[in-house]
Amino acid sequence: MLERLQREFGVTDINELKPGLTSLKVARDKTETLIRELRDREGYTHLNFMTVIDYIEDGIFTIVYMLHNYDNKDTLSIHVDIGRDGEDMVSIHHLWAQAWTYQRELREAYGIRFPGSPRLDEDFVLEGWDQIPPMRREFDTKKFSEERFGHREGRSSEEPREHMKVNLYPNRGGDEQ
Amino acid sequence: MIAEWIGKIGNFTLTLLIVTAYGLFMTAFIERIIAKVQGRIGIPYWQPVINILKNFFKRTAVSHGYMFYLGPVFRIAGGIGTLAFIPVIYGSETFSNFSMAGDLFLVIYFMFFGQLGMALGAGESGHPYSAIGIARGLSQMTAYEVPFALAVISIVIQYDTLSITEIVAAQQGGWENWTVFTNWVATLAAMLAFLGMTGYSPFDIFLAPQEIPIGPPTEFHSAYLSFMSLNRALFGATKLVLFMNLFFGGATGLLELMIKTWLIYMVAIVIGVSFPRFRVDQAIRFFFKIPTLIGIMSIVYAQMMLTS
Amino acid sequence: MIKSLSTEDTLENAGLTEEEQQLFCNARPKQYEPYPIKAVEDFANWARANSLWILAFGTGCGAIELRPLMTARFDANRFGVAGRPTPRQSSVFVIGGYASVKTLKRIIRSYEQMQGPKFVIALGICPVNGGMYFDSYNTINQFDMYLPVDLYITGCMPRPEVLVAGIVELQKKIKQGRCDGANRYIENFDWYKANQKKVIKNWDMPDYNW
Repeated sequence: MLERLQREFGVTDINELKPGLTSLKVARDKTETLIRELRDREGYTHLNFMTVIDYIEDGIFTIVYMLHNYDNKDTLSIHVDIGRDGEDMVSIHHLWAQAWTYQRELREAYGIRFPGSPRLDEDFVLEGWDQIPPMRREFDTKKFSEERFGHREGRSSEEPREHMKVNLYPNRGGDEQ
Repeated sequence: MIAEWIGKIGNFTLTLLIVTAYGLFMTAFIERIIAKVQGRIGIPYWQPVINILKNFFKRTAVSHGYMFYLGPVFRIAGGIGTLAFIPVIYGSETFSNFSMAGDLFLVIYFMFFGQLGMALGAGESGHPYSAIGIARGLSQMTAYEVPFALAVISIVIQYDTLSITEIVAAQQGGWENWTVFTNWVATLAAMLAFLGMTGYSPFDIFLAPQEIPIGPPTEFHSAYLSFMSLNRALFGATKLVLFMNLFFGGATGLLELMIKTWLIYMVAIVIGVSFPRFRVDQAIRFFFKIPTLIGIMSIVYAQMMLTS
Repeated sequence: MIKSLSTEDTLENAGLTEEEQQLFCNARPKQYEPYPIKAVEDFANWARANSLWILAFGTGCGAIELRPLMTARFDANRFGVAGRPTPRQSSVFVIGGYASVKTLKRIIRSYEQMQGPKFVIALGICPVNGGMYFDSYNTINQFDMYLPVDLYITGCMPRPEVLVAGIVELQKKIKQGRCDGANRYIENFDWYKANQKKVIKNWDMPDYNW
């Protein structure tokens, strides 16, 4: 099957991460036809989830569709790269109705638009959000939180490594194994 | 004449206080029994009283209109009115209340009256959960009224009277004269209706305590709620007294009253803790099937008793 | 002159549309005085302390700690605690851990619909200083900036035993007449409202929910 996908859809970067979980990469324009083919012909009838990985260094978002085949218990993870700056993504809401909600969430959290997806611009979790989408990595949540929600004095860190270095073994550097 | 009436009203007030206190005590007592069944300790005995006091001492209250005020008033008027025409203890001048020749029908009407007042008041609050609760409550009430009314008609045929006092009088002189033994069919129908009346587990969907819609009183708070919980205790005890009078031979003393009503209440409780809940449509179907059939049979049975 | 008087006595309800403004009351909430006779007030406080009805509104992960309270193991019924699904009848609001901004809006609405005297228990560390969500973009850090808190129970998560201990502590405070959170809220109404509106950007509800 994978060879056929490679031939017909130009699928690249096929990795078998573990038995029953394979990742592959496909171009943005072929995504919808590939997913439709997998759903209708190959038995990957279940959309586990869809999410986004933010590669800020490369300037891309990698959208991940996780599809599951109940017959042979196989999971496919389909990766699609799009540009970080305002590039649209193909909507798959007509293949699985639950993709609406994922796409709404991704629009809100990352600012990726899925043209045609229903109720895309409604608020999902963040009501009245007025900043850049908060899950983008250039968004500084700590700074925002301190500005918006205030900071109460008296927080102290009990991070175990620091605590042990300072309190339990004051004479040792902490670098030796 | 006037002195006699003042005496009667005084006696009735005494009865009212005793029955209310008894209803409150019984609520807590039953709660404790349920808690023991579930392996808990349960509420203190005075918890219902504290709840009523706390609601009464709330400092703020909002209103939704005139009917909203009148809802609890109608409700407690229904409770008091029901009690006013039921002789609580047979043969006692103090506890005979305003019983008279046709009081049985009056009592049945009064039982309905409180519920209707409640429905109007809760409807005025405009809360959708109230409306759902009322719709469920009234439809369930319509359903359980049918077997209850049939059972009452049956014993009216049997004793040929509409006076509760005379019905009780006819059952005196030994346990074999009680309606439960002379006309067990009617008693069975009425006890099934009683399960719906008390609002315990198989038929508590219209109250749905502790859940998202608490039923009709969703919007009632503060003093309104304290009136309503007071009425709940009073009305519960009153219904027990009515059932005891009609089917279990009445009572000639306070102790007998307490034991008998407690046992009648235990029927509802035992069934309540053992069974899960019906949906409202299932409850209505249930009442229209078996209890109604038993009720019709009871009328036939009473007629056969008369002719034989 | 008339305008300045009216802005002092009534609320603007600026978040509502013209049509909705007709539907909501715009009067300012008033503080309530204790009963003039001290014995009556003490008795009322005793009744309030022994009949705590908790609003059944799970506002965070701590809501899961409220469920076991009613089970055989903890049995909060002993203390007169019961759950109430409607804010009109309940008197205790347990803030179960973190409160996101979206939930905070609902918390404020429910809190204002409760009838006084009303008490707030802040459960967990998150309402105190943000806890593990101290740098979250969507979770408030100091709950007492938005609503008055009568009792804190810290920990992450506090177990139901601690919650029971907290309820007993709250009862003590109420009996001493020291739980006046609802009055503090009305006293500093403008400060609380300013804080709330700073966080909740889409304010489309009345300024005080009667």
